[in-house]
Amino acid sequence: MSTPLLSARDVSKRFGGRVACRDVSFDLWPGEVLGIVGESGSGKTTLLNCLAGRLLPDGGSVTYETRSAGSVDVHRLSEARRRLLARTEWGFVNQDAREGLRMGVSAGANIGERLMAVGARHYGEIRGQAADWMGRVEIDVERLDDRPTTYSGGMRQRLQIARNLVSNPRLVFMDEPTGGLDVSVQARILDLLRGLVEGLHLSVVLVTHDLGVARLLTHRLMVMQGGTVVEQGLTDQVLDDPQHPYTQMLVASILPV
Amino acid sequence: MPDATIQDTPSQDAAYNYGYLDEQTKRMIRRAILKAVAVPGYQVPFGGREMPLPYGWGTGGIQVTAAIIGREDTLKVIDQGADDTTNAVSIRRFFARVAQVATTTHTKEATIIQTRHRVPETPLTDGQILVFQVPIPEPLRMLEPRETETRTLHALSEYGVMQVSLYESIARHGRIAKTYNYPVMVNGRYIMSPSPIPKFDNPKLDRSPALQLYGAGREKRIYAVPPHTPVNSLDFDDHPFEVETWTESCELCGSTESFLDEMIVDDTGKRLFVCSDTDYCESRR
Amino acid sequence: MYVAVKGGETAIAHSLDLVADKRRGDRDVAELSLDQIDQQLGLAVDRVMTEGSCYDRSLAALAIKQARGDLIEAIFLLRAYRTTLPRFGASEPLDTTRMVAERRISSTFKDVPGGQVLGPTYDYTHRLLDFSLAASGERPEAPTAPADATHALPRVGDILQRDGLLEPPPSNDDGEARDLTRDPLVLPASRPLRLQNLARGDEGFLLALGYSTQRGYGNNHPFVGEIRYGHVPVSFVPEELGFAIEIGEIEVTECDMVNQFAGSHDVPPQFTRGYGLAFGHAERKAMAMALVDRALRADELGEAVTSPAQDEEFVLAHSDNVEGSGFVQHLKLPHYVDFQSELVVVRMLRAEVEKRREQAALAQAAE
Repeated sequence: MSTPLLSARDVSKRFGGRVACRDVSFDLWPGEVLGIVGESGSGKTTLLNCLAGRLLPDGGSVTYETRSAGSVDVHRLSEARRRLLARTEWGFVNQDAREGLRMGVSAGANIGERLMAVGARHYGEIRGQAADWMGRVEIDVERLDDRPTTYSGGMRQRLQIARNLVSNPRLVFMDEPTGGLDVSVQARILDLLRGLVEGLHLSVVLVTHDLGVARLLTHRLMVMQGGTVVEQGLTDQVLDDPQHPYTQMLVASILPV
Repeated sequence: MPDATIQDTPSQDAAYNYGYLDEQTKRMIRRAILKAVAVPGYQVPFGGREMPLPYGWGTGGIQVTAAIIGREDTLKVIDQGADDTTNAVSIRRFFARVAQVATTTHTKEATIIQTRHRVPETPLTDGQILVFQVPIPEPLRMLEPRETETRTLHALSEYGVMQVSLYESIARHGRIAKTYNYPVMVNGRYIMSPSPIPKFDNPKLDRSPALQLYGAGREKRIYAVPPHTPVNSLDFDDHPFEVETWTESCELCGSTESFLDEMIVDDTGKRLFVCSDTDYCESRR
Repeated sequence: MYVAVKGGETAIAHSLDLVADKRRGDRDVAELSLDQIDQQLGLAVDRVMTEGSCYDRSLAALAIKQARGDLIEAIFLLRAYRTTLPRFGASEPLDTTRMVAERRISSTFKDVPGGQVLGPTYDYTHRLLDFSLAASGERPEAPTAPADATHALPRVGDILQRDGLLEPPPSNDDGEARDLTRDPLVLPASRPLRLQNLARGDEGFLLALGYSTQRGYGNNHPFVGEIRYGHVPVSFVPEELGFAIEIGEIEVTECDMVNQFAGSHDVPPQFTRGYGLAFGHAERKAMAMALVDRALRADELGEAVTSPAQDEEFVLAHSDNVEGSGFVQHLKLPHYVDFQSELVVVRMLRAEVEKRREQAALAQAAE
């Protein structure tokens, strides 16, 4: 029996008097894609940041099973180890690609940064891997030396994905990865993500307000309202047979295709 | 060969302490220097004082020199490799006045060499101290303007961003086009700015028998490279570090191995090349 | 044969003579006395003392004279002198309620205890050149009411604070205020250190930053709670005595800025403070300082840091005009070694591009 890759236990976070998330617990298994859905303000992004070690929760714990060092409490790691984890075993895809990219350097340097951060020192090889990843996320390799400022929104998002995956992470956090993109661009990126996640056997925690995205990418869903999880289960089950009134409202509010 | 001793009137101002700085300040700076020597390449914050020379004109180097100089020392000051450039003259006069030290232009005779932008061509020896004037001590500053963040990056040895800048240079120019203030790794731990010396001088820092002290007055940081410490210029395996070369030789001494300054000598743009290190050049003529 | 240009000790000596000569100007014109500068260019003296961090009118006047009226140069001279002085200790905090105020205004209340005292100010003058000054400028003395030194002058802020409408002065988090001129600034800085930095900061820089907050780059909705200018006693506790004695009086300008604050879930809406203090009479400086002080408290008050004036590292690292002036002007120093290195590489890169072009042209011709 394998162990969960990521375990959250009673994770809570408040901002002043406002509760952002309360007592959230779940296990994420290797190769599993977990969706966190809810309206804006439901606490899903705060939860994601707590899980990824970017925010210190007020209560509860987050445990991660590392490749070689056993399980670690994410928030008790030294900052050095947490940062190392974040750039080797993890990835983080921001909604706004500008936050996840270095806009002032070329696409190749963006993809190569993680490799260099862990000691890669052969320019040709770094560039080769960057070019390879450009192909895998379907960006024209001719654009390798261009800066992301010259890229379209969809291309930037692909570049951000490549920049994260180049270090061969096991777990990727995604915050509305297709938010703010045109519908046609969204569809192609979702296709790409689905292929990559399956092909690389990635585990993913995906935050989205879009149930269509959740249906397409996730295996399991957690529905959040006002900082608490009101329903969770297999994605198809939750979406086809919602139990909680809030989930029913969310599902009903999608326009039929 | 010209006389190396420089005539100055050693009349100390009664209003100021020996070496200009008060003894308490000197002790504070010496403590910072000791810490810097103990942790090679680490930038030690120090209570930099206002000096009677402007910020950016060597106040850091002057404070370091003032803290370590004694009456038995022989001081050499160079700027751009030359003893006779205006700022070198001004700093040398300052110390002759406030510390009554002997001054020299000969690298071999100096116990302390304060420098801006060059390392002497003549190899340094045990017991010599090379004091660098540093404008921006933080090698990551142009990549990350925030002090709080660069401090964290150093603490965690998180230097990917520096390598990214070199990658970018190759991607753009086909080679690492950084020419001066070329970043180095000191003792395998800290990335350090060697001050704006040409990269031509970087190899001279590596395992030098002399003590290297770096003073940044405006930014209030001191750092050091103790004798015989490894100092490696950052590069890629397939784009190794290399120094500038000239097809010309020095017009005056014929050297083909020293760093050459280029002079435009007439309206038609006729050019000549001469050694930037005046003492080295004169000793070869 | 080429002979290298010598910077030369003689040339430098001549330059020093020339600047001294230039300072004196036409010998037929009477030389300025330090008293004249102190009395008739008093606001320049105030600025040099403030940004030079040294309260000494005659030294500041000397610096202004030596610098030919270049105030940043004068500030530099005064600071370089100050740094060599022995440090006896720190005075007791100034109690500005004990100020004998020559001017005191509030823009938050029509009248306040102690009254609105207009005092000497350019605020109500018409900015018309007064050509009578060009001729002689002698004036009869202005009548003045005797200043009341017997009553404490309550601060408007304290009155607001009593009702809970204004926050209490933010506490000093590390107890003892460190001396910015003895210890390096380490970021993030405590508020006492920030205030020290701003007090020494360039008036023009702070003015521009303060102005930017009013134009939407980090708006604080400021009101002038109070500005006061006058004499305050300075007290000092000598170690051998163990109690405070008055060692003199200095002139200062103090500004308490009152700023809107929306409050948060836990904290009811309340006004917040920004503080400015300068030596002598320097209202523009004190007000700008107060605006920037408040802007820099954004993080502490849970406001989004989005504008330059709210960015501690940006403001504190660039406020000092002696540092800025030195570093900008150091570009006048020779840089020919670095420039030579750049020349070598630029030539090499240009040659490579040229070579590629030629090869491409050859390849095209061959087709």
